[in-house]
Amino acid sequence: MTLRRYVLRRLALTAVTLVGVILAVFAMTRILPGDPVAVKAGTYATDEVRASIRKELGLDKPVPVQLATYVGNVLKGDFGRSTRSGHPVRDDLFNRLPATVELALAALLVGALVGGPLGIWAALRRGGRLDAAVQQVAILSAAMPLFWFGLVLIFFFYHLWGIAPPPVGRLATNIAPPTHLTGLYTVDALLTANWSALRSALGHLALPTLALGVAVMASFIKMARSAMIGVLDSDYILAAKSLGLSDREIVWQDALKNALVSLLTVVGIVLGYLLAGNVLIETIFAWPGIGYYAWNALTGSDYDAIQGFVLLVAIVYVFLNLAIDLAYTVIDPRIRLG
Amino acid sequence: MMQETLPQLNPTPGAGHSDANAAAEPLVRIEGLTIGFPDETGERFVPVVEDAGFVVHRNEILGLVGESGSGKTQTSMAILGLTRRPGKVMAGHVIVDGVDVVGLDEAGLRRVRGRKAAMIFQSPRTSLNPLMTVGDQVARVYVRQRGMNRRAARAEALAMLRRVGIAGAERVAGSYPHQLSGGMAQRVMIGMMVACGPDLLIADEPTTGLDVTIQAQIFELIQQVQAEARMSVLLITHDLGVVAETCHRVAVMQGGRVVEIAPVEELFARPRHPYTVRLLGAMLRPDRPSGDTQEPDPLPERLDIEVGGRRYEAVSVDAWAAAGVGLPMTIEVAPGHFVLCHEREDGADAAETER
Repeated sequence: MTLRRYVLRRLALTAVTLVGVILAVFAMTRILPGDPVAVKAGTYATDEVRASIRKELGLDKPVPVQLATYVGNVLKGDFGRSTRSGHPVRDDLFNRLPATVELALAALLVGALVGGPLGIWAALRRGGRLDAAVQQVAILSAAMPLFWFGLVLIFFFYHLWGIAPPPVGRLATNIAPPTHLTGLYTVDALLTANWSALRSALGHLALPTLALGVAVMASFIKMARSAMIGVLDSDYILAAKSLGLSDREIVWQDALKNALVSLLTVVGIVLGYLLAGNVLIETIFAWPGIGYYAWNALTGSDYDAIQGFVLLVAIVYVFLNLAIDLAYTVIDPRIRLG
Repeated sequence: MMQETLPQLNPTPGAGHSDANAAAEPLVRIEGLTIGFPDETGERFVPVVEDAGFVVHRNEILGLVGESGSGKTQTSMAILGLTRRPGKVMAGHVIVDGVDVVGLDEAGLRRVRGRKAAMIFQSPRTSLNPLMTVGDQVARVYVRQRGMNRRAARAEALAMLRRVGIAGAERVAGSYPHQLSGGMAQRVMIGMMVACGPDLLIADEPTTGLDVTIQAQIFELIQQVQAEARMSVLLITHDLGVVAETCHRVAVMQGGRVVEIAPVEELFARPRHPYTVRLLGAMLRPDRPSGDTQEPDPLPERLDIEVGGRRYEAVSVDAWAAAGVGLPMTIEVAPGHFVLCHEREDGADAAETER
């Protein structure tokens, strides 16, 4: 069947992409300026020390051997060891990933749930004053520098009005994290009925979510509006009108679903962007996610950590795209039934 | 249900009064219809249809022919109140079964659309919602227009698919538009529109992009449903062969105006407007030897017409500006045969100086 062939082909493509990703990450660390040995050995190390570190890192071996070792390690789940934390990079990343995922999902929710309807609403009132206003909002939200907006939020909501908790981390210091289920504090707190943790987690989540959500909202407004306009101008909407269907029936039964199909792609792109860990926002809010980790790794020349971060983000991206493509097979009969 | 007689708006000067048609009020009466679109500056509206008028009688197939851009589609869309923004109806009346569609609000238009008049379009496959099964799309018409419950509507939808000649209706009902061929999709569209039970079916070049054999089948189907449901059909086409075979009467449009209306045989036998003459001259004629293609003279831009001792001339619309003609009028040159022309005030002199 065509659907099975499509899924199999898509999976095969994913495997190829992953191999490419691993090769690229390996090449990246060889090509990039900077010498991991020098970083690890320090400025005053003797040549013997350097040689032994080189040997320890396996850098004395020929490149193909290094590649084979690297690929083997990655496949075993060994991303190397962080020089800063002293922990395996994999553990560091996986400990921090839930924080990023939580923030990414929350921002996606805000961006999509506010931006999507706004864009669709604007499309339904195309050319009107509301349409113009919504487009201004989109331009503003896209043009606003993220770090600046984050700082503005902190200034008003924390510093000036004292509504928001101090912009440090995911919980107040006197609150223990909820029982680990998903790693998303809000979800875990909800599931374990831990209301004090939930309150604190939501409070800490609010401002970074707002900052990122407003930033990604622009994409949703623009895409939802243009998708909806495209749909509203299509032949089948005209035909539905000529059948005497009401505007409401046409919007709900024909237009929305067709517009949302094209919005799914935007969800994938935006979520990919958010999951890469937003370095600026995570840094401003001392959010213990992978973006903050990557920032520290970069400034500290923590090569294995950088390499691991890039690899993780790339893998997440590849699987996210796979998930979106597979989701299309469920909602779009043109793909499902070829 | 018919309303009392309509006020005669802008009675067409010189038009004859055929008593046979006056007795039964036509299903659709279009009068002085002018549709404009804004020009580049957005301040002025440029008419794409100007002072157009014709009627569609009950239980007839009226062909609407003319070159691309002559306003055929715009005119027919106006019947459904579907003139697309930024275009708008600037003047005139479109009276469908006693109701003037021009200036009607959305709720009023919804009562006209589907029930009074429905429309099938050039591209059947894109005229169906890609994300909804064919059966659901036909069924919802029954829910909407006939107030049926879903179950009854589904059964009716299946019956309708069979009626429009779809083999394996159950299977087709469960499939999506992209799985249909163009001909099948157009059958579905016709079924969907007929399901509304309209008095008028507008078919806007319904066979563009289809195989020649399929084209013939679609026209046959249109004739069949027309006869079965005793409805009227407004068939927009530029295929005069189709008109000759399918239609009862023909209206010819040029440059946004209706220039000639006549019963089919009459029009083909005695075209009076220069544009109609040109159109018929351009028709492929299998009965004419293929060597006989050389046209004797350039076809005329104006033709003289004499009715009841008065002299008129019919002028090709694209030559109006150059000819400096006055206001056009519609005259009846033979029973049911109307031509858009101009009065010749000072006899042959005016024509002489222009030539």
